[in-house]
Amino acid sequence: MNTIWALTGVVIRELYRRKDFYVLFVLTAVITVAAGSVRFFQDPNIVRYVKDLCMLLIWMSALLITIAMAARQIPAERESRTIFPLLAKPVTRGQIILGKFFGCWLASGTALAVFYLFFAIITGSREQYWPVLIYLQAFLLQWIMLGIVTAMTLLGSIVFAAPSSTVTILFIVVAGILFLGRHLNTVALHNAEPLRGIIYTIYFIIPHLELFDVRERMVNDWGLVNWLDCGLAALYAAAYTGLFLLLSWLAFRRKSLT
Amino acid sequence: MKRISPGWLLLLLLTVCFTLATVFVPRAAWWNDVPHAADWNKGQSQSDNVFKLVFGEGRRLFANEFFVMADVYFHSGYYPSMFDRQDTDRDVADPAHGQADDSNSTSDDFLGPPPDWLAALDRQFVPNRHTHLSSGGPSGHVKEVEVQEILPWLKLATDMNPQYIESYTVGAYWLCRLHMPQQARDFLFEGMHNNPGNSELQFDLGRLYQQDLHDNNLARNVWMAALRCWEAQNTSVKTNTESQLVCEEIAMNLAHLEEDEGHWPQAIDYLKIVKQVSPNPDAIQKQIDEARKK
Repeated sequence: MNTIWALTGVVIRELYRRKDFYVLFVLTAVITVAAGSVRFFQDPNIVRYVKDLCMLLIWMSALLITIAMAARQIPAERESRTIFPLLAKPVTRGQIILGKFFGCWLASGTALAVFYLFFAIITGSREQYWPVLIYLQAFLLQWIMLGIVTAMTLLGSIVFAAPSSTVTILFIVVAGILFLGRHLNTVALHNAEPLRGIIYTIYFIIPHLELFDVRERMVNDWGLVNWLDCGLAALYAAAYTGLFLLLSWLAFRRKSLT
Repeated sequence: MKRISPGWLLLLLLTVCFTLATVFVPRAAWWNDVPHAADWNKGQSQSDNVFKLVFGEGRRLFANEFFVMADVYFHSGYYPSMFDRQDTDRDVADPAHGQADDSNSTSDDFLGPPPDWLAALDRQFVPNRHTHLSSGGPSGHVKEVEVQEILPWLKLATDMNPQYIESYTVGAYWLCRLHMPQQARDFLFEGMHNNPGNSELQFDLGRLYQQDLHDNNLARNVWMAALRCWEAQNTSVKTNTESQLVCEEIAMNLAHLEEDEGHWPQAIDYLKIVKQVSPNPDAIQKQIDEARKK
């Protein structure tokens, strides 16, 4: 366990050494503040469009940070040849996968917490209303979703040749799931067999990342999601994360490092 | 090649930022506030804004999307996607067109029963009931003032397409409901500047003067101007059902105004105009006969 935490610590330190997080945070802050400074019809109480925009930027930034960070972990170790002394410690390949996963997941969670803190300050100062529990729930759900994305990216980084191709493919897949995932069943019903069966199979196979997106509820003041439903979603996420980590380990176990 | 020191680079960046700020800030500041009628003569039009600078004429394509966003906010996010059964009727515009604000309508429940367990779980994480911001919102006790959240999208729709008449009329209607008649008047002025001679906007302005600013004289003048503009249109436009409805509303309101002030001959003249465009001329004739007796 200590080995895994040691690897995790290295990845977390990488987050604040690299510029990705700072650039995205400043960009999010500047765009949000600029949008918030616009006054429509001299009414200072209009706030939902700012919340909406800020949450969209947080989602995009979190995905960018997570995918870019997770995609370069194992390829960078191979390229700089630090993987050999690491494996000679001795550290097993499974521990490397787990260490990298927890490192990326915790690092993305830290970045996400900073983004949510900024969001809470900006919207709270304008609305004079602090629904802390709703923000906490949205944060937890998004962080759980980032766990699946991290595990998927680690698998991609082992399967695909270069980090750039991993990042591109993962972005397309994640964006595809977020935009189309929940509608695949509707699309399936509008098609004849065998296409209907194929689309329905894809619908049940893919990890439904959009389940964890409660932005619309949060922005439009729908209140808290039932914690039992959140628990079910967390179990669903844990199953997919475990599956992707297992596949990563199986692929990495047979991978030639030279 | 000589290396430039970081200090000089920073200075160069600051200079670029300052130059850009001097260009954009006055434009953005002017864009933030709905301009008053007097501003129109200063050589700057509403369509001459940041969006025109960035998107050119292509910005008109986005106008309808922004109007839909106003409707999405009006429903607190409960809205059909491109994959669901869509209703072309926009609930946010209904009250502005004199239709009932029916938030309890079950006909708009586009979701139906969940087809599988995943969809059932998914519905717990998204807005899942048909509600209107004007009648309580998702919790049932949201104040009507929350409708203000739709206003940015209506403003953006008109910035994108200054010829989007419905966006001005709907925006002005909700501004009046939120007790902001001055802002509603300025918004309609903006629409009239971008669409000179539009009878629909003039009719709404007249109604605003009468109902919200309680100035019957101004209302009469605006409606008379609206009627003149309507009559000056091509015959092809005048025979259009929607255009005839606008004429009917203008003339009927003028007739009521004259009736209230006891000017019966003028009221009868306006009722005759209503009769020409009304789908139910017999009922109007009865009103004319009754007015003649008084």
